[in-house]
Amino acid sequence: MIGDDIAAISTAPGEGGIAIVRLSGNSVIEKVEQIFQPYRAGIKLSDKEGYSLSLGWLCDEKMEIIDEVLLGLMRAPRSYTGEDVVEINCHGGTLPARRCLETVMRQGIRLAQPGEFTRRAFLNGRLDVSQAEAVIEVIRAKTERGMNLALKQLAGRNSREISLLEDQLIEVNAMLEASLDFPDEVGDLDYSVAQGKLREVKNRIDKLLLAGERAEIYREGINVAICGKPNVGKSSLLNALLRKEKAIVTSVPGTTRDIIEDYINIRGIPVKLRDTAGIRFTEDLVERIGIERSQEVISEADLVLFILDVGTGIDQEDREIYEKIEKKNKIVLVNKEDLEEKNISETELEQLFPGVKIVRGSIIEETGLEELEESMEKAVLSGQLQSDDMEVMINLRQKNALLTAKRHIEDSLAVMGKVSLDCLGVDIWGALEALGEINGKNLKEEVIERIFHDFCIGK
Amino acid sequence: MIYKAGSYEVIVIGAGHAGCEAALASARMGCQTLLVTMSIDHIALMPCNPSIGGPAKAQVVREIDALGGEMALNIDKANLQIRTINTGKGPAVQALRAQADKRQYHLEMLKTLFNQKKLDILMAEVEDIELSAARVKAIVTRTGARFECQALVLTTGTYLKGRIIVGDISFDGGPGNQFPAARLSESLKRMGLRLGRFKTGTPPRIDSKSVDFSEMIEQPGDIRPLRFSFISPLINRPQLSCWLTHSNKKTHQIVMDNLDRAPMYTGIIKGIGTRYCPSFEDKVVRFSHKDSHQLFIEPEGRDTDEMYVQGLNTSLPEDVQIEVLKSIPGLENVRIMRTGYAIEYDIIYPSQLKLSLECKTVEGLFTAGQINGTSGYEEAAAQGLIAGINAALQVKDREPLVLKRSESYIGVMIDDLINKEIEEPYRLLTSRAEYRLLLRQDNADLRLTEKGRQIGLVDDNRWMAYQQKEEILEVESNELKFSSFTPADEEMAEFLSYKNTAAIRDRVSLWELLRRPELSIYDYVGKGWLRDNDPDILEQLEIQAKYEGYIEKQKEQVKRFEKLENKMLPPDLNYDEVYGLSQEAVQKLKIVLPASVGQASRIAGVNPADINVLLIFLEKKRRK
Ligand SMILES: Cc1cc2nc3c(=O)[nH]c(=O)nc-3n(C[C@H](O)[C@H](O)[C@H](O)COP(=O)(O)OP(=O)(O)OC[C@H]3O[C@@H](n4cnc5c(N)ncnc54)[C@H](O)[C@@H]3O)c2cc1C
Ligand SMILES: Nc1nc2c(ncn2[C@@H]2O[C@H](COP(=O)(O)OP(=O)(O)OP(=O)(O)O)[C@@H](O)[C@H]2O)c(=O)[nH]1
Ligand SMILES: [Mg+2]
Repeated sequence: MIGDDIAAISTAPGEGGIAIVRLSGNSVIEKVEQIFQPYRAGIKLSDKEGYSLSLGWLCDEKMEIIDEVLLGLMRAPRSYTGEDVVEINCHGGTLPARRCLETVMRQGIRLAQPGEFTRRAFLNGRLDVSQAEAVIEVIRAKTERGMNLALKQLAGRNSREISLLEDQLIEVNAMLEASLDFPDEVGDLDYSVAQGKLREVKNRIDKLLLAGERAEIYREGINVAICGKPNVGKSSLLNALLRKEKAIVTSVPGTTRDIIEDYINIRGIPVKLRDTAGIRFTEDLVERIGIERSQEVISEADLVLFILDVGTGIDQEDREIYEKIEKKNKIVLVNKEDLEEKNISETELEQLFPGVKIVRGSIIEETGLEELEESMEKAVLSGQLQSDDMEVMINLRQKNALLTAKRHIEDSLAVMGKVSLDCLGVDIWGALEALGEINGKNLKEEVIERIFHDFCIGK
Repeated sequence: MIYKAGSYEVIVIGAGHAGCEAALASARMGCQTLLVTMSIDHIALMPCNPSIGGPAKAQVVREIDALGGEMALNIDKANLQIRTINTGKGPAVQALRAQADKRQYHLEMLKTLFNQKKLDILMAEVEDIELSAARVKAIVTRTGARFECQALVLTTGTYLKGRIIVGDISFDGGPGNQFPAARLSESLKRMGLRLGRFKTGTPPRIDSKSVDFSEMIEQPGDIRPLRFSFISPLINRPQLSCWLTHSNKKTHQIVMDNLDRAPMYTGIIKGIGTRYCPSFEDKVVRFSHKDSHQLFIEPEGRDTDEMYVQGLNTSLPEDVQIEVLKSIPGLENVRIMRTGYAIEYDIIYPSQLKLSLECKTVEGLFTAGQINGTSGYEEAAAQGLIAGINAALQVKDREPLVLKRSESYIGVMIDDLINKEIEEPYRLLTSRAEYRLLLRQDNADLRLTEKGRQIGLVDDNRWMAYQQKEEILEVESNELKFSSFTPADEEMAEFLSYKNTAAIRDRVSLWELLRRPELSIYDYVGKGWLRDNDPDILEQLEIQAKYEGYIEKQKEQVKRFEKLENKMLPPDLNYDEVYGLSQEAVQKLKIVLPASVGQASRIAGVNPADINVLLIFLEKKRRK
């Protein structure tokens, strides 16, 4: 009845084993279907009944895997909110849940307001009248907590950045609106000026988003998995990075059977490093379980270090393993470069791993490790930022607003000069509205104010 | 001595643009109506610029027309020049603007008023409004006449305690050397209404015989002038031109040298003026980096030599005004006919009104026009129409007419007046409308004629014209949607290449093809793919097809917006008893008394959690 699609992480933040992203609304099932790849091909989410579970991968729009998930489906009116509900059970920890949430948001599902699920449940008759006051308490508490948090985060640097953004966007909007409402006095919009300003705004948003992501990486850390076939030197790498003998290293393939993990700090970034069992076909039960767990570790990783042995060359096993990690953020390390006999050529690497960062070195002789660490940093801090640049914290709601604003700005840049000014105004308004949500302001009034400040208008 | 003078169902005080619409609407809806004004010779007076329309305002004039109001019909009879402005900037902001023959405008309106059944006109100054309990009862004029009424519409414009200021001289007065309404303000205060004081101004008028037009750029009207009303006959009379000239450094120096005599700076003026209507002296001071400002010299009528100097609104002393004018190219030998002046007047803060324009605290009292803090003829007329309609509906014991922000500029304006705290004269702008693409001047009839019919203002003639238009639109748009072409069609291929646009790759309908900027609806007419309909119909089809994407986007937004607008709050709701509202929200809600949850969400101080609380409250009530 109320209808539009909303989403939120419904488990408590932090390191649980599992996190749930909950969606509710008229078309959440169709929207999730677009980005869900079931284990068993041919399964259609939209054909499923209420109270059913489906296992598979959540993917982004390019069908690259985000996470392995279990989907719970409830159909209206028999759900918590009384609307169609999808619950995405994803891997615990803050990052995977956030990634899943961001992915569904890109499908046009908006972030729920505090307490909105409960409100819908009540308005749709799923909660008793006697519970109304309790519902109000929940909404109030959540709203206030959200506001306190946002206020804290808005102090200082962030708020200055955001008011700068607002200011620039208001200025462009005022230019456009003035030319529409006061054609005699103001004349036509200068496209090149408007374009320049919009680009500036977009760059500023990009920078803010990047800085936020970066701050988040420094705060939350990342998961790194080391993988490769047996005996390539995975455990040796773990030890070398940790600078201690944590894992057993032998020349026997299949030495590591369980996951070995430890925490280190690589260039200021907290890293959870995980060594895995070498992946191969085996009859050994213990080793097989280890291999299954390796795959899990890989799916949870933010970055995979894929190791090759220059002595053995690249064989069928390597290729099969690589298929499993192809969609992940990854670095290829060609190990054992100290050996005389080299069976991996540059052309082969370029052919097999186009565009992938490749590091060559020897763990025993400690060559290439420096380069590897540097590449790891680059791989997770996508985009170029100077280290003295801003330190900002952006919460999900703010990020959502910034992304929406950015999308509208990109739209307006794309159509500028091709559509009439009143239509262009729709996109620029959209950006302004999204930005206004960050501080709960109605920026429209400020545009009108700005028109009279910047332009000489009057009879 | 006060004497019993009679009784009416509806009385309208004031015969400006608001009052005329209110009186006509009320009488046309069948109420016995009295229109009282201080001067019959100044009915529908345009005390400032001689023009009607422009962005946002043209849309309003067409909305008035669709609802069965008079302004559009009247200006169609009394114009000197017509132009469409903002062509090329998109259908949402394209706007008609007419230069008006002020005298003819007055005379035509007078004729219409005289011919209106059930409408009496009286010249008198109203000085008191009597209440019985909290309901209007009667009005009393300065000369002692007491008229009873069931509903009262107050449209006093700039006359309440009007004070004229020219340089260092100031005196009590109304526009055009009329009397001010000196007493009524006190009566309003006694009712408990909160009054404010606003200010506006007007430029000098000059003698056309003393102007050298060869020094100026001519601004002629459109070759094919359009009309405001959907049912006016085509306009076919010679048009007069306006003329463009500019101020210069010398002009600005004169202003600067005399600032110490400008009332804005000496502190004589205390009323609050508009940012968007700064006086010339304001402009020179605030935009000191500009060496020159545009000035338009506009005719005020066919039978007068007076011309209006658009851009030179001022309250500088008369001798300075003359010096300023003479420094401008083409005006070296100018002769002033009317001096520019500023005027201060009392207003009622409009947050004291309901969306029907009835006072929250005084039943049966409606206010409209400049008294509500707006400026502009069109804004006044629109409010007058709504207030007149709602006064009549109340007398007939029917539900009031409230227009939404999503269906009209009138709705945007009234909603703004009531929810925002208006601190300076309010004027409509297209940028105030969220759903601008839907609120176009071209579709005002499609948006509102049905509403006008329901309330009884749209006569059979207009109704038939509307229905016919709707039907043709439906037929023609379907035809465009269903006639499609394939890449194999040779005639189409030839046409597209002739029009310099890409060939089609799949089956495409004429409707979809029209989205291409290279193609126009007239091309279709030329090819015989479409009947040569009335230009209005062709324009409508073209806009609907070309802007379909954006229009659909906005319609989606409107759907979301209207969900909360349609959740009505009971007028007698006791906000103190709603569990969970914040203190601040309770206070604000008690003052505004919003009609819907949507309206509540636009009140400053009411936050999203409060809106949720209201929704839950309503649901709880519904289930009980
Ligand atoms: C100097 C000046 C400058 C202006 N500048 C602009 C401008 O730049 N832009 C713009 O858009 N608009 C401007 N306007 C405003 C525009 O004129 C008004 O917005 C519009 O005319 C208001 O219409 P109205 O019907 O509310 O009031 P008005 O047209 O002012 O009509 C008021 C009517 O009420 C009558 N009346 C008042 N009190 C009483 C009483 N006690 N008893 C009986 N009758 C009474 C009067 O006789 C009159 O008929 C200006 C007006 C003035 C005077
Ligand atoms: N020559 C040479 N040998 C290396 C290098 N790095 C590791 N080795 C040797 O390779 C063998 C396997 O090393 P591990 O680190 O146990 O390999 P792994 O990939 O963990 O093997 P599994 O746990 O069995 O999958 C050991 O004998 C190491 O000493 C290197 O850089 N050069
Ligand atoms: Mg190992």
